Amino acid sequence: MAMATHHQPKRCRFSPAAPPPPLASLADELIFLVLDHVAAADPRALKSFALASRACHAAESRHRRILRPLRANYLPAALARYPSASSLDLSLCPRVTDATLTAVSGSAAPSLRAVDLSRSRGFGAAGLAALAAACPDLADLDLSNGVDLGDTSAAEVARMRRLQRLSLLRCKAVTDMGLGCVAVGCPDLRELSLKWCLAITDLGVQLLALKCKKLRTLDLSYTMITKECFASIMKLPDLQVLALVGCVEIDDDALGSLEKVCNKSLQALDISNCQNATDEGVSSVVKSIPNLLELNLSYCCPVTPSMVSSFRSIAKLRTLKLEGCKFMADGLKGIGMSCVSVKELSLSKCSGVTDTELSFVVSRLKSLLKLDITCCRDITDVSLAAITSSCTSLISLKMESCSRVTSGGLQLIGKRCSHLEELDLTDNDLDDEGLKALARCSKLSSLKIGICLRISDEGLSHIGKYCPELRDIDLYRSGGISDDGVTQIAQGCPMLESINMSYCTGITDHSLMSLSRCAKLNTLEIRGCPRVSSSGISEIAGGCRLLSKLDIKKCFEINDMGMLYLSQFSHSLRQHMWLAEHDHCTFSGYYA
Amino acid sequence: MSSCSSPWKSTMDGNQNDICGQSANLTSNPLYYQFGLDNPLFGMGIQQPFPPSTSPFGASSSTNIPHMDWKPAMMLDNLTFIEEKIRQVKDVIRSMVDNGGQLPGRTGDIVQQQQAVNADLTCLIVQLISTAGSLLPSLKNSSFLSHPPAGHMDMANHVGSSSSMVPYTTISEENNEDTKDGDEGGDAGMDGENLLPGSYELLQLEKDEILAPHTHFCSICGKGFKRDANLRMHMRGHGDEYKSPAALAKPPRDASTEHAMVKRYSCPFVGCKRNKLHKNFQPLKTILCMKNHYKRSHCEKSYTCSQCHTKKFSVLADLKTHEKHCGHVKWLCSCGTSFSRKDKLFAHVALFQGHTPALPSEESKVSDQVGRVGSHQEPAKLTSSMGSFMWDNSSGDDTVLDIKGLDSCGDDFLSTANFGSFNFSFGPLDEIKGNPSEGSFAMLPSEHFQSVREKGEN
Repeated sequence: MAMATHHQPKRCRFSPAAPPPPLASLADELIFLVLDHVAAADPRALKSFALASRACHAAESRHRRILRPLRANYLPAALARYPSASSLDLSLCPRVTDATLTAVSGSAAPSLRAVDLSRSRGFGAAGLAALAAACPDLADLDLSNGVDLGDTSAAEVARMRRLQRLSLLRCKAVTDMGLGCVAVGCPDLRELSLKWCLAITDLGVQLLALKCKKLRTLDLSYTMITKECFASIMKLPDLQVLALVGCVEIDDDALGSLEKVCNKSLQALDISNCQNATDEGVSSVVKSIPNLLELNLSYCCPVTPSMVSSFRSIAKLRTLKLEGCKFMADGLKGIGMSCVSVKELSLSKCSGVTDTELSFVVSRLKSLLKLDITCCRDITDVSLAAITSSCTSLISLKMESCSRVTSGGLQLIGKRCSHLEELDLTDNDLDDEGLKALARCSKLSSLKIGICLRISDEGLSHIGKYCPELRDIDLYRSGGISDDGVTQIAQGCPMLESINMSYCTGITDHSLMSLSRCAKLNTLEIRGCPRVSSSGISEIAGGCRLLSKLDIKKCFEINDMGMLYLSQFSHSLRQHMWLAEHDHCTFSGYYA
Repeated sequence: MSSCSSPWKSTMDGNQNDICGQSANLTSNPLYYQFGLDNPLFGMGIQQPFPPSTSPFGASSSTNIPHMDWKPAMMLDNLTFIEEKIRQVKDVIRSMVDNGGQLPGRTGDIVQQQQAVNADLTCLIVQLISTAGSLLPSLKNSSFLSHPPAGHMDMANHVGSSSSMVPYTTISEENNEDTKDGDEGGDAGMDGENLLPGSYELLQLEKDEILAPHTHFCSICGKGFKRDANLRMHMRGHGDEYKSPAALAKPPRDASTEHAMVKRYSCPFVGCKRNKLHKNFQPLKTILCMKNHYKRSHCEKSYTCSQCHTKKFSVLADLKTHEKHCGHVKWLCSCGTSFSRKDKLFAHVALFQGHTPALPSEESKVSDQVGRVGSHQEPAKLTSSMGSFMWDNSSGDDTVLDIKGLDSCGDDFLSTANFGSFNFSFGPLDEIKGNPSEGSFAMLPSEHFQSVREKGEN
């Protein structure tokens, strides 16, 4: 594909006088297909292509759908260049003023369907009014974190009649009046987030439930809604996803008020952190939602056998999240009896998870694909033997800090669960033998083996050899590794996107040099690696052009020189943590 | 108009024969006594047996009352009357004892007789108390004050004279407590009640009686009041004898009221749902309910809001309530309708397709805030600084003594244009405080002042 990009410019360059330019004879659809392929392989290729010739530039302009400008002041020019852009992502522009948005509307952007203002401040109702006037077909608007936006802004949003997705997350000044305007003005709304909208009350939500019958996803987390509007929400005919995280007013009374309501469309319910809900409320609410696929009860209520037995009425349940819950005796066992269809089970940070109960559960849940037993400190090799023998098709296993599991137990994972794609063994007794066993998991894409002090380069070399799909590896504080291991990973895993080697003091510039061949690397964390210097950073800057996140805090050998390279090559760098411990250096040459 | 007992005293000589005659007819005409017995709201209807020819408002008679000092002759008359009465009751009871065994089937008669005896006994008790009270020089006039005052009797007089009264024969005692619930809350409070027809006594007042401005009149100066309490406060000005705790205390509920039938009221307007002839008749709970209902439903709305000049009311309290909220519309709909409550707006928006909550524009927001600030301050000022003199004012101004009622006047007072009248209105108050010895005329200036103030405003 890279070859193709290089050929086309050449052709253009060498036949400038040909009456029909070759590119013009190609249908746009074909060019777009080619460009899609090229972009998939190397995102920067499009830029090279656009710079090749006028025709290429024009073709690339027509092709571009998503605009993610770094600065809002070039927005009108960008919109003029990319007339077919349908999505405008301003999340990299911290300051977007009313004038900017007015300019957007001035540059005629009727094709815009989605605008993301989630990380921007500085605009108000006037800007939104301009946007509403300019983009009549706007369907997706993200106004998250708009703490300055009030009801007048919401009233302007309400003029976007075709809005289907709207996020008002953390718009704390929007009251029922604003929500009422939106509810009446945007009848097509499919997805709405009102998370942290603390000024919203039952009245507004009731009106919303009455007017926006097409709602599919509704997030009311951390709002003050009560029992009053709960029933009307549950009567929404198409509601599929409902999040009520941290709604303190949603208690047993509210959950139990749905006697005659039966919502057959609801598929996902999240009532995590609802402190006032207990097992009784949960038992009564699941009776009203027979088609539930996903239930999140994290930090919500103790898991009792009676509650779990009520899950029999939600026979299709696939995902059950019980993070931070307290298991009563036989509560976990009940899950094995009642929820046989569960494919994803999260028991992270739960208390009361014992070997016997967990072994029973996994023996019943044959189709389990994802299991999270993070910080279940009571389980031992017995559980692990049961998990690995019963759930051989596991694709994700997270068991950070299961400190009573021995290295022998961990070896079972690699031996038996060869379909694993995601594995978190942080802070476990993992050794090189365990890593060697993991080499059988050829589809492994994410491997977290931080704070595994017994692993060494030898173990990593197995991973490097047999896990070519690896995208994310976490070696945080795994002090036994050095350049050789990292080099093996870098050579064997060309897809690597993220690597964390913080506090691996054995790491030197050689590691970075080898990692610079991983062209897709976008996250590099080498905090506290004192032997890494500017030359290593310069290699990374030159090789990993997509680098967007870099942590070089406490890397005292890195100086201006490295920064200069970064500033020159790493255009997509967004987040970098380096200033705090670097006051003895002068980064005079650094600019973003 | 006088208090309850005073006309009786004053007319005792002339009427005694009447009373005796009527008492003698007691058994033959039980309905009469039942009427009296069944009007506890009006006080002791039973002890004002004078003929209905007395003027309805009693104002003329009240002004002509001779001065009430303790006279031995009158006392003697009183005692004679009590003696007479006791003998009558004795006779009745004796006859009941005699007939009791012979006619067990006629329970209706017995019930009537019992009622009559009860009424008589009540009457006797009252007489005894009043007579005994007047015998003691220190409590010279407390007896007369401890009676239900003039207005009650006056109203009873009306009922007796011009109202149609429908006595039902079945008596249900269980519903007695309902009489206490009756409040000025209006007609609506009635609807939940499921009193069977016949389980209560139905009264219907005529239009004039409903619209009469005052029901309590001072026996000395004739000034009218809406409330007995106000009258008692007024009476203080007529001399020290009215200032005793006994004179100022609320008159005790008469024993006869405890056993009386539940009362319900019918609106005199034929065709009204509250009229007893209506197919789905729903009676009114209290006399106040009836008054308010009649004014609201069948009278001209003569009170206009001074702020919006559109809303009209026939009950002054309604106007005051409205004026409290008038001007600051908080909840607007896109159709232009405004609501004082958010839930009402949202119910409206939910009901009508296409209507949307409307946000107040910037300018109106500012004015709204100003208005709100003003409205928050005004009542506070009023209650603190004006409450005391407004009491006096309100009695003459045809208003109920009610803090709520101060708002509309407050505007006048606070505005600079009427500041003069504001000052002026303090005058009588100082006068009263400074010259308590002026006695019975201390209250009179308030009326003068009232008229002067009205002149000043005009």
